[in-house]
Formats: sequence, C-alpha cells, structure tokens
Amino acid sequence: MIQLDNLTKVFDTPKGAVTAADNISMEVPAGEICILLGPSGCGKTTTLKMINRIIRPSSGRVFINGEDTTDLDTQTLRRNIGYVIQQIGLFPNMTIEENISVVPRLLGWDKTKYRERARELMDMIALDPDAFLKRYPSELSGGQQQRIGVARALAADPPVMLMDEPFGAIDPINRAVIQDEFLKMQEALQKTIMFVSHDIDEAIKMGDKVAVFREGKLVQYSTPDDLLAAPRNAFVESFLGEDRTLKRLNLVRVRDVVSDEIGTVSPGDTLETALARIDDFGYQNAIMVVNDKRQPLGLITRALARTTRGYCRDHVQKVPATVSLDDDLRKVASQMFAQDTTWLPCLDDQGRVCGQITQRAMTHYLGSRFRPSSSDARQSDAATEE
Amino acid sequence: MELIQYALDNLDLLGSRMLEHIALVGVAVGIATVTGVPIGIAITKNERLAKSVLYAASIIVTIPSIALFGIMIPVLSLIGQGIGYLPAVIAVLLYSQLPIIRNTYTAINNVDPALREAARGIGMSQNQRLRMVEIPLAVPVIMAGVRTAVVLNIGVMAIAAYIGAGGLGTFISRGISQSDPRQLIVGAIAVSLLAILVDYALLALQKRLTPLGMERAAETA
Repeated sequence: MIQLDNLTKVFDTPKGAVTAADNISMEVPAGEICILLGPSGCGKTTTLKMINRIIRPSSGRVFINGEDTTDLDTQTLRRNIGYVIQQIGLFPNMTIEENISVVPRLLGWDKTKYRERARELMDMIALDPDAFLKRYPSELSGGQQQRIGVARALAADPPVMLMDEPFGAIDPINRAVIQDEFLKMQEALQKTIMFVSHDIDEAIKMGDKVAVFREGKLVQYSTPDDLLAAPRNAFVESFLGEDRTLKRLNLVRVRDVVSDEIGTVSPGDTLETALARIDDFGYQNAIMVVNDKRQPLGLITRALARTTRGYCRDHVQKVPATVSLDDDLRKVASQMFAQDTTWLPCLDDQGRVCGQITQRAMTHYLGSRFRPSSSDARQSDAATEE
Repeated sequence: MELIQYALDNLDLLGSRMLEHIALVGVAVGIATVTGVPIGIAITKNERLAKSVLYAASIIVTIPSIALFGIMIPVLSLIGQGIGYLPAVIAVLLYSQLPIIRNTYTAINNVDPALREAARGIGMSQNQRLRMVEIPLAVPVIMAGVRTAVVLNIGVMAIAAYIGAGGLGTFISRGISQSDPRQLIVGAIAVSLLAILVDYALLALQKRLTPLGMERAAETA
C-alpha cells in the first residue's frame, strides 16, 4: 500500500516559486496499479519521484505499507522500491546479469542466491537466461532492454514499484506486447504500483485506478470505468477525448450486459414452431437452434420459416459469430459491424448458449451513466474524494 | 647513413637515456593522474569551483617550460634541489593537470543523466555510483586525457635536459652546444618515436580498461 499525505513540492525558480505538486493526498491499495495521468507539467512525475526522494518533498508524508517513510534512510527506502524509468537506464558497463543483480548485490545477498534470482527473473520476463545473461545492454533491442529494466526493478522483490512512463519509448506493437506481459506478471506478483503515463489508452488498460493531474493538483481519482463514465469536470472530459465512451468498450465485459433470456428451438421442432417462437419473442430476423446440451447448431431465419415447411434440422443456417461472457464490448461491437448484425448469441465457458447481447443493450448500458442520475454519481464521487 | 651509424654506436647511451626519459615522465604523469582524477571528480560537485580550477590549470599550461624551470630554480634551491630531477618532475606534474582534470571532469559530467537517476533510484550511495557506474563509464575519456598528458610531456621533458634532469633531451642540448647535427637529430627522432610508441601502448591499455559493453563508445573517444 502506498499512501500520500498532503505531499507538496514547491520549486524555487528565477520567476518565483512554482508549486509542482499541491497537497496531493491519495492511497493506492496493496496489489493495485495506480496510473498517474495528465498532460506534461501537471505534477504527475514530480509526485511519483517524491515517493523515492529523487525529488525531495517540500512538505507532506509518504507511507508505505502503513509505515511513515520520512525517517527512513534514503538508500534503504530506495532499495525497497522498484524503480523503472522511460530511458531504461541499464548500466552499459555491466552485463545483463550484473544489471539485474545490482540491487541484491547492494543489499549484500550472496552470489549463488542473486545469480539464481537473475535466472528466475529472466524466466519471468520470457528471455532465455543462457542467451542473454552474459550479454551487454547495447546488444539488446529497446523492448528487450525495458524487460530487463523491469526485471532489475523486481530483483529484490520490493513490495512497491514506481514506473515513470516505462513503455513510452517503445514502438506501439512491442509496447502492447510488453503491457500484456506486465499485466500477466502483475497478476502473479501483486505489487503495489504507481505508474506515470500521458497515454489515456495505456491508463485504461493498465490501471486499477487512474489519478488525473492538472497544474499540480489531483483532479480526479477513480477506476478507469468511472473516469470515462463520469469525468469530474470539463478539463478531465476534454483530456479523455470525445470518443471516451468508445474507450469504455474495452472495460465492459459481455457478462455485464448480456440478457440471459434467449428463445431457442431444437432440431426436431417444425419450422412452424420456429416461426411462432420468433413472433413470441419479438425477434426480427432469426432464432437459434440448439441441441439438448444447448450447444449452438445454427439459425432459422424468419424469411425461411415463413416460406418453407419441414423440420428445423434440415434448414439450419450458419451462425455468423458468437461471443463469450469474458469478451469485452469492443470485440462484440467489432463482430457486429463485421457481420452486419445487431445481436449476437453468447456462450458460457462450456460452449453452451446462455444468452444474447444486442446493440441496443450495449448502447443502453453505456448511456445509462450519462442520464440524469449520473449527476448524483458525480456528487457522491466528489464526496468520497474529499 | 651517418645518423644511423651514430645511433648504432651509441645504442647503449640512447637506451639508458630513453629509460631515464620514460621514468621521468612516468613518475610525473603517474602522480598527476593520482592527484588529477580525484580533483576532476571532486569539482563535478561544484560548478564555480570547477571553473576556477580549470582556469588555473589552463594558465599553468601557458607558462613556457623554460620559464617554469627558471621560476623553480630559486624556490627549490631553498631545499637544495634547484636543478635536476625534482623541478623536472614538478613541471611535468603541473602541465599534466589540465588534460587529466579536464577530461575527468567532462567524462563524469557527461554520464547520461538517466543512468545517474537509475543509479540513485535503485539506492546506490554517491560512492557506489562513482565506483560502479560513473568511473567505469568515464575511463575511456580519462585515459585519453592521460595519453594527451604523456605525449605533451615527453616533449616538455626533452627541455628539462637544460636543468640537468637527463633524458633524451641531453642529445639535443649537446647537439646544439657542440654544433653536432647527428646528436641533435638522433635525439629529436628518438623523442618523437618515444611519444608515438607510448601513445600506442597507452591506447592499448585504454582499450583494456574500457568496460566491454562500451567498446563502441571508446572508439569515438
């Protein structure tokens, strides 16, 4: 857990005092990633760097796992906080192994222990220890170097990590890969992480919480979904962009929107029955055909049911696409656009038809946060912030 | 032909003078390195001090060596060392300060700020940062300064023959006073060759001292 209590930094400049961070108070619960987000010069990096005293706070306190760090010796403090910077900062005079084991060596681990740890970390970041440990940073690609940068920060297994735009200098394709790898690692490691970014998409993808900064002040601190659904003020709203609702598609899962009421027919039913069901349920186009295990067999369309006689099993048409409960709405929307349809059947973990998702339900879900009741949400949000 | 004959006839003398020369420069630059590198590192902490130190070192280099020897004669005579070995070593020691201090200062100052931040951020003390990161990275540039000092002072030391310090300069001074071009030219060539050879030897040493991971950086230094 990281807790900031009225953390403030005032820089003396020739033009007078500048408040880079103004009474920042916030708390990152253990095991969560908190993204500090904002335009450049908003105080996010200053706030981050006050935690490990790269920048000395003018006032305020930092607690780590409940312990006030004010009286801790700077070196001890830093050795217990993983630190990753955008420029990576691997030491070019040291091999990868020496780079990774630098903190354990500072902490006085014995040789067999830190060498073993280096191999363990290489496995964790999916780089072959035998191929890489003896090489030098200049022989690695940018993406590989930043993986080593993360490994170095994790070497002594610190409970807390600070990351200053760690993936900012990596090309977009590799960045997405490293972000995914990092999230997977985090699932196992459960570190408490503060992470500076100026990229909204990164913030939404990586953050359990997002803290938006402006001109040295913490403007809003909430989950990515709340942030996108209920921006506190015009600044946050414009910073998130006009397509912020589309960004929410990434965050909402099918299981949040799915309607578990879905009419089906079985292969033995007649097309007459199918037509009647289509009308009963008020479907426009078609109805699903499922077997006795509720696995999807296909579709019977309204047009076919009206003009043809016989049994469903002889006239089944292919299902254009299905989605599963854990898919996000972005994938669903993409499938709908691709198949030119406004509904898709949902399958559960065992591949059984368990419901349906319609474009209308999605619009309704996303839009519900913006209707009048949303102003209450904003107010209660504001109250918890204070 | 005549020159080669002379050189061959006096090979023993040439050899011992050369060793003398190497010893003089070696001791002086050796002491200069031991003092100059720490000074160069120390002044990175204070920009104003750095300016004055580098300024003073530059002024010393502008003093002609003959004048410097002249200045030292009365001073060192007080301890009975007005001429000979001691003033020669002191002069070279002083001349060496500028390239060594300046290169050390520049090299340490030019260490990538990101590396310095990374080193601080993972919890290295100031000494650990110097020992594990900054000095290893600065070695190629510091060594380049030492090489400059050595080559420069092999020439200066030739003049120290006039105050009786010995070395290859004695061939040159005798050549002039005895109007013997053979001695003069053999001495001059020997000094030049020595400078070139020592420079190569130090370059090889510089490469060995350069951390493996930075060999590419060393080639441009």
